[in-house]
Amino acid sequence: MTGRWRLPLRLAALTYLGFLVALPVGSVFYRAFQHGFGAAWHAISSPDAVHALWLTFLVALIAVPLDTVFGVGVALILSRHRFPGAWLLDAFVDLPLAVSPVVVGIALVLVYGKSGWFGNWLAGHGITIIFSLPGIVMASATVALPYVVREVLPVLQEIGTDQEQAAATLGASPFTVFRRITLPSIRRSLAYGVTLTTARVIGEFGAVAVVSGLVAGKTETLTLFIQDGVENLNLVAAYAGAVVLALIALAVLAVVGAGRRGPTDAPTKERGTPRWRSRSDPSPSDSEVPLLSTT
Amino acid sequence: MGRVVGPALAVTYLSLLVVLPLAALFSHAFSSGWSSFWNAVSQPEAVAALKLTLLSSLAVAAFNGVAGLVIAWVLVRDDFRGKSLVNAVIDLPFALPTIVAGLTLLTLYGPNSPFHLNVANTRWGILFALAFVTLPFSVRSVQPVLAELDRETEEAAASLGASSGRVLWRIILPSLAPAMLAGAGLAFARAVGEYGSVVLISGNLPFKTEVASSWIFSLSQSDALGAAAAVSVVLVLIALLVLLGIGLLRRRFDIPEAV
Repeated sequence: MTGRWRLPLRLAALTYLGFLVALPVGSVFYRAFQHGFGAAWHAISSPDAVHALWLTFLVALIAVPLDTVFGVGVALILSRHRFPGAWLLDAFVDLPLAVSPVVVGIALVLVYGKSGWFGNWLAGHGITIIFSLPGIVMASATVALPYVVREVLPVLQEIGTDQEQAAATLGASPFTVFRRITLPSIRRSLAYGVTLTTARVIGEFGAVAVVSGLVAGKTETLTLFIQDGVENLNLVAAYAGAVVLALIALAVLAVVGAGRRGPTDAPTKERGTPRWRSRSDPSPSDSEVPLLSTT
Repeated sequence: MGRVVGPALAVTYLSLLVVLPLAALFSHAFSSGWSSFWNAVSQPEAVAALKLTLLSSLAVAAFNGVAGLVIAWVLVRDDFRGKSLVNAVIDLPFALPTIVAGLTLLTLYGPNSPFHLNVANTRWGILFALAFVTLPFSVRSVQPVLAELDRETEEAAASLGASSGRVLWRIILPSLAPAMLAGAGLAFARAVGEYGSVVLISGNLPFKTEVASSWIFSLSQSDALGAAAAVSVVLVLIALLVLLGIGLLRRRFDIPEAV
């Protein structure tokens, strides 16, 4: 399999990647600045664009900490305790990665929307979730739910509980043990998890499109602003917004990619095998869906 | 205290975001029993959307399976300047928001294509978008297995006079087949649920370029939530079935994870 085939195969691979990935992504940068930096700046500083940027930032500011606390908590539960139903908890955490984001959005509407399960109760208490900020936050938090768990869980399993138990024996409170022992050892994987969560929240489209109501200047996040721009032929604005998101994606790749190649908390190969399964099953493969899948 | 409060909060959060919505999805899909579900799913537009989604996902999973093998082979066995950059480009579709992916493809292969190749509002556009978003699954599933492959067997076969095609067919492919299948499964599952990257380039023409997610979306916009839930349930079941299959495959053949 060498010699004769090496160059043709290389050419085929590079051509496919070039036309499918590199050229399209590059062309967005070209189109955004085609009419000069000023035009792009003007488009991204319009009131609707600024509001979309602000809303996206606000949603990330709420959803990412929630997912992070939940993620660390669930990783601690799955790695430190054996209990019936652990597999179910594990499966439910992974579920948002497996289904269409539009389905995630619909499912939320069916619970919190006007005709949903809690619709009457919420309306009676004057609470609006769907078509407003809380709905957008919930949709974003749901699709990004698995990332922190999947990053932190394998590291927690790897480090074990010896040090934590020693500290507890010496009289440290559970919080002190967490802050002084557990947290320092999961620091790096936690940073990756938070980075991936943030990227997913900022880039989410389908789930947010269903629950947002798509009102420009009100419930339009940056991804929805881009679609709006394309559909209403405000392409300069769409491309400017796309460049902002593409730059964020490149930064995420740089952070996670560079870190993965460097020293890590623990071998990343053993990702995501919950304790309840790792004892009996020698195969370390569990999280079926790769982590960075923005939809 | 803390021993109870923490898990209780986690379960509540998970229930509010995942468990209850999933239950509501099934409950609404079967609100008037099996018949309401079947009516929604057997509507001509729903059938067309599901058929298009499944067939194009299958086609893309198969095509990217082969393309992913070629790319992985080049990344593992070949060596050239800029290889690490090429390796990094593979992950770009994971990191890029899907609507941006859709816009990039529309820019290059839409009405203003610099190559005069306009696939907007056609089924080709859907295939392009799905190939883009599923590419990392196809490459990253095969790459680690190919890197671990014992090359002595290949060299032995070659020294005994086997042609390179025969080595590929009899030695390399059999060892890679489970990983390729797992990668194709992941790509298929992702493609079935894809929405953001498809929506701009496909044009969502009913019976022509409307994928299942688009059909569910338009049902939700016209407040046909029961029907939207029914078609959603079909997508959820397909995804779970595929992931279950991949899990079994991984266990059986001990394949490393994709990313």
